[in-house]
Amino acid sequence: MSPGKSNLWSRARIIQSIRRFYIEQGFLEVETPNLIPEPVPEAHIDLLSTSSGFLHASPEVCMKRLLSAGFPKIFQICKCFRDGERGHIHLPEFTLLEWYRREADYNDLMADCEAMVIFVSDELGMERTIQYRGKVIDLHPPWDRITVADAFAACSPVSLKEALETDRFEEMMVLHVEPGLNASRPVFLYDYPSQLASLARMKQGRPDVAERFELYMGGLELANAFSELIDPIEQEIRFNKENAIREKHGRQPYPIPLKFLDALRTMPPSAGIAFGVDRLVMLLTGAEKIDDVVTFTPEVL
Amino acid sequence: MTVYQASDLRKGLKILIDGQPYVVTDFTFTKPGKGQALYRCRIKNMLTNRADEKVYRSVDTFESADLQERKMQFLYNQEDEYCFMDTNNYEQVTLTRAQVGDAKNYLIDNLEVSILFFDVIPLDITLPNFVDLKVTRADPWVKGDSAAGDSKPVTLETGYTLRVPPFVEEGSKISVDTRTGAYLTRVK
Repeated sequence: MSPGKSNLWSRARIIQSIRRFYIEQGFLEVETPNLIPEPVPEAHIDLLSTSSGFLHASPEVCMKRLLSAGFPKIFQICKCFRDGERGHIHLPEFTLLEWYRREADYNDLMADCEAMVIFVSDELGMERTIQYRGKVIDLHPPWDRITVADAFAACSPVSLKEALETDRFEEMMVLHVEPGLNASRPVFLYDYPSQLASLARMKQGRPDVAERFELYMGGLELANAFSELIDPIEQEIRFNKENAIREKHGRQPYPIPLKFLDALRTMPPSAGIAFGVDRLVMLLTGAEKIDDVVTFTPEVL
Repeated sequence: MTVYQASDLRKGLKILIDGQPYVVTDFTFTKPGKGQALYRCRIKNMLTNRADEKVYRSVDTFESADLQERKMQFLYNQEDEYCFMDTNNYEQVTLTRAQVGDAKNYLIDNLEVSILFFDVIPLDITLPNFVDLKVTRADPWVKGDSAAGDSKPVTLETGYTLRVPPFVEEGSKISVDTRTGAYLTRVK
């Protein structure tokens, strides 16, 4: 067996442990359609389209509709699709874990992340430490938390304000902020600038900051989470903005998910998160590339 | 001229930056959060050979560096200059020793090579994979001399020295792999 393929045993155990964790926590496992007519329009996510709809880039549209329909805690592990994304930690078809909680906010999801990763690493017998790319990562909670503003102030040569104004946010993130985060601890990078709110609600009394976080471990971006925006009018304005950016760059705009917007009318305050399963397997197996933790990459099919 | 999108970036792609030709020597795709994709590239200026690092965003576009490969014949070298002639139009071009690099070890009169041009500027030389060269200096081989080991150094007509099997003698011709610089076989 090639060395990469031996990670498939660990991958299966990790996914089985994740599933066990959410079941024990009282979450309902759901399966929503991968083929959907109305995806979430995002400026920088290109979808794969078929003659009968889009392959989802995330199961969020349907999962939030289930929340709105009354299910309090749900999770799903599924394949998601993003056109053109291929790199050492990207595949155009990859596996996401998403979970959602009614009557919760992003702080509850941070606690979930800590508990879930520790549960999985315990099941693998890892003694609360992970070795990844020559670094030891200490998993003991609570994990580090740093706001985007503080991380920019500490690591970026360009201020957060200037990076946003000159469209260099991602560049500063990749070149300076991500490498500057504490590599020996999992880190929640939280409170994103309002321009990058996506589907997150604004922080109480802080219209410039959205309740969104990303989880980093060993330099890998693992998860993206929000306290969900439940205002359908504000959400529709944001969708239109995303589509406007798409059109400005000569990309196809996407249909506005109207049934999803309708569902927001009956959604209580909720929180949801997308967590990269392939990348978690990379961390727990020490794999350098996403190629080493999946059965087949597109290039060998 | 072709216009490339950032998503066309890959190793070996030749692009024009500020009017100069660059080759992409390495690149990584990254996409932080829900943000736009970034392509971190290592690039090399094909005129100066200087390496550089650049980050491109998914919205960036590039012009292709239009390069032309021409079949040329080696004529002669004088000090630091190496002169070649286009076999189609008899135009001559001179490359410096630095541009020729290790290829100088294989340049014998009339050798056919291909030279990469950016407009009229020669950038790079590609040799045939195998070149036959005469051995101009070799220690004689004494049959049964096991102390000599299984190889010995010889000097070729271009001044290049390499290790060959002990039975290769002065005056004989050998084929050398120009990609590795290693001895391949004796030739008639």
